[in-house]
Amino acid sequence: MNQLKHVVPSIVAAFCLSAGVAMAGTLDDVKAKGFIQAGVNGDLFGFAKPDEKGVWKGLDVDTARAVAAAVFGDADKVKYTPLTAKTRFTALQSGEVDVLTRNATQTLSRDSSLGLNFAHVNFYDGQGFLVPKALGVKSAKELDGASVCVLPGTTTEQNVADYFRVQKLTMNPVVIENTAELSKAFFAGRCDCMTSDASQLAGIRAVAPNPSDYTILPEIISKEPLAPAVRHGDDQWLDIVNYSVLALIAAEEMGITSANVDEMLKSTDPSIQRFLGVTEGNGKALGLDEKWAYNIIKQVGNYAEVFERNVGTQTPLMIERGLNALWNNGGLMYSPPFK
Amino acid sequence: MEDTLHPNTTKEIKPPVINIGIIGWIRANLFNGWFNTLLTLVFAYVLFLTVPPFINWALINSSWFTTSEECKASGGACWSVVTTNIRFMLFGFYPHALQWRPLLAIVILIALLIYSRNRNHWRKSLAYAWAIGLFTMGLLLKGGLFGLESVESTKWGGLPLTLLLSVFGLTAAYPVGIILALGRQSKMPIVKSFCVIYIELIRGVPLISLLFMSSVVFPLFLPEGMTINPILRAQVAIIMFTAAYIAEVVRGGLQGVDKGQYEAAQSLGLNYFQSMRRIILPQALKIVIPPSVSILISAFKDTSLVVIIALYDLLKTTQTTLTDPKWMGYSSEAYIFVALIYFVCCFFMSNYSRKLEKELDTSL
Repeated sequence: MNQLKHVVPSIVAAFCLSAGVAMAGTLDDVKAKGFIQAGVNGDLFGFAKPDEKGVWKGLDVDTARAVAAAVFGDADKVKYTPLTAKTRFTALQSGEVDVLTRNATQTLSRDSSLGLNFAHVNFYDGQGFLVPKALGVKSAKELDGASVCVLPGTTTEQNVADYFRVQKLTMNPVVIENTAELSKAFFAGRCDCMTSDASQLAGIRAVAPNPSDYTILPEIISKEPLAPAVRHGDDQWLDIVNYSVLALIAAEEMGITSANVDEMLKSTDPSIQRFLGVTEGNGKALGLDEKWAYNIIKQVGNYAEVFERNVGTQTPLMIERGLNALWNNGGLMYSPPFK
Repeated sequence: MEDTLHPNTTKEIKPPVINIGIIGWIRANLFNGWFNTLLTLVFAYVLFLTVPPFINWALINSSWFTTSEECKASGGACWSVVTTNIRFMLFGFYPHALQWRPLLAIVILIALLIYSRNRNHWRKSLAYAWAIGLFTMGLLLKGGLFGLESVESTKWGGLPLTLLLSVFGLTAAYPVGIILALGRQSKMPIVKSFCVIYIELIRGVPLISLLFMSSVVFPLFLPEGMTINPILRAQVAIIMFTAAYIAEVVRGGLQGVDKGQYEAAQSLGLNYFQSMRRIILPQALKIVIPPSVSILISAFKDTSLVVIIALYDLLKTTQTTLTDPKWMGYSSEAYIFVALIYFVCCFFMSNYSRKLEKELDTSL
């Protein structure tokens, strides 16, 4: 018995140690294989989806590209693994992907018991409602007894059920498996309103036979901070992913864009000099090249560019900056100083 | 008087025009009795209501090579969703400049299948042709030899992936299924119980859960950092699943063979393998052609379930195309296109099985 007492903890310790060793060096692993394996959505226009030529496009894709630019100085050194909502966390835990940029909502349980660490949020989303104007509804609180078109299996379904319960309203969910079919059913009048992430509603409205017949209600019923995730226990890698996202935001704060980044190298502003690696130190601290932030901005752009290119008002998604504006424009995007 | 002069010539009197030809057929088949007449009229009316609008939508008002905005204006079917995205739908992430390679691989596969339809061609040389053909297809997809640029399997998608999963899945599952069926009939208790447990376990769960296990649960058992190709994982799951069903079908065939055949084989002094190989299996497999083909057809269609583990087969690439807000409204057109591809493949299989059945029919 006495021996057993010692054996068990040592086995546990051995397991932890081996797990720790294997997990410690994502940066080294990534450098050794020469590319970053990113887990992405694959079906979400504006966030991660291949275009007609099979080239990945989207905000999450650009986030992964930013990490690659930071690590390798080449944003193209990313390979994408499309993951479903169900397989995404396993893929990260099992080491199939190095970073998960798959519009995953940061939650307490995912952060803790799922063994993930979330980097800085790259998109603040929330759930909203799309209704036909003919319904005459001005607020979600008037949706009593409505039939609601909703996608199954995500937090969306749960959120809308919770919202109606809290508001003491009744609803009939109409559950349809994929977005294209769901929006078709909605436009065909199968349900009174449709609920989805606010980032998707404008894009869905755009495909309506007559988009001006539909309106998005003002209520946002859930918080969906979407953030890249990495495995627990590799702090250096978390720092790199985190500051790659923050570099996008910081560059926007400082007015550095992919177009003017070369001129900005000559700037006399010490914070810009530190950011772009003219004054050395940041790169060494992260274990990266001193030009890491310069490479991100040069190849991917700053957050505003990434946002406008993928989901902004000029795209079919037509999303306003809203919560995703910089903090000094009434949004939540705020970067700590780069020093 | 003429008639009496030539008493042997008889004048050929045709039956009344309403009893022969198209009119006769219509009368005999569509309007014989009030009930059939009523049915005919009802169906004619239904066809009248549905077919012209469909033709109008699918052909007359349709747009074929336009942008999505022009599609919206035309009001008819928007086949542009297919023509614009066809390369992604058919080949997925395969590098754009190299897509002739999977195309060539598919052409080789179809040529081999068509050539093999004729049983007179079933010679040893055909087996070699298949071996070389499959190798060439693999080489074309994978590359890395003879100056072909290497393409990782994670970039395979669309039709080649569907065909790969089904062709390899079905050809590998069939022999495994036969072995399992023989094992289940075996008198050796360990072999028998293993086969029974395997078949019942696999048949007791849906394919989707096997695929899910292979992609979600299985990797957690592997050492950190060790990953197995997701296509291979899906392929193994499909083979395991189909084999269990084939096994049960083949077992039915084995039981359908008359007991006298077993005894005759034994009395000739054939050992187990000889009697199976020469006497029993040829008869048993012939009996089970129709059910095995229906399993093959459903297994072919089941490959589309790999979407849940994010492999981009034909159906998934189509769905991905449809998530683009530009094309989201044209899912019917895209799905019709995919349905046609599936239909052609399945029709080929069932057609072939009927042909094979006829040719192998030895009953008098």
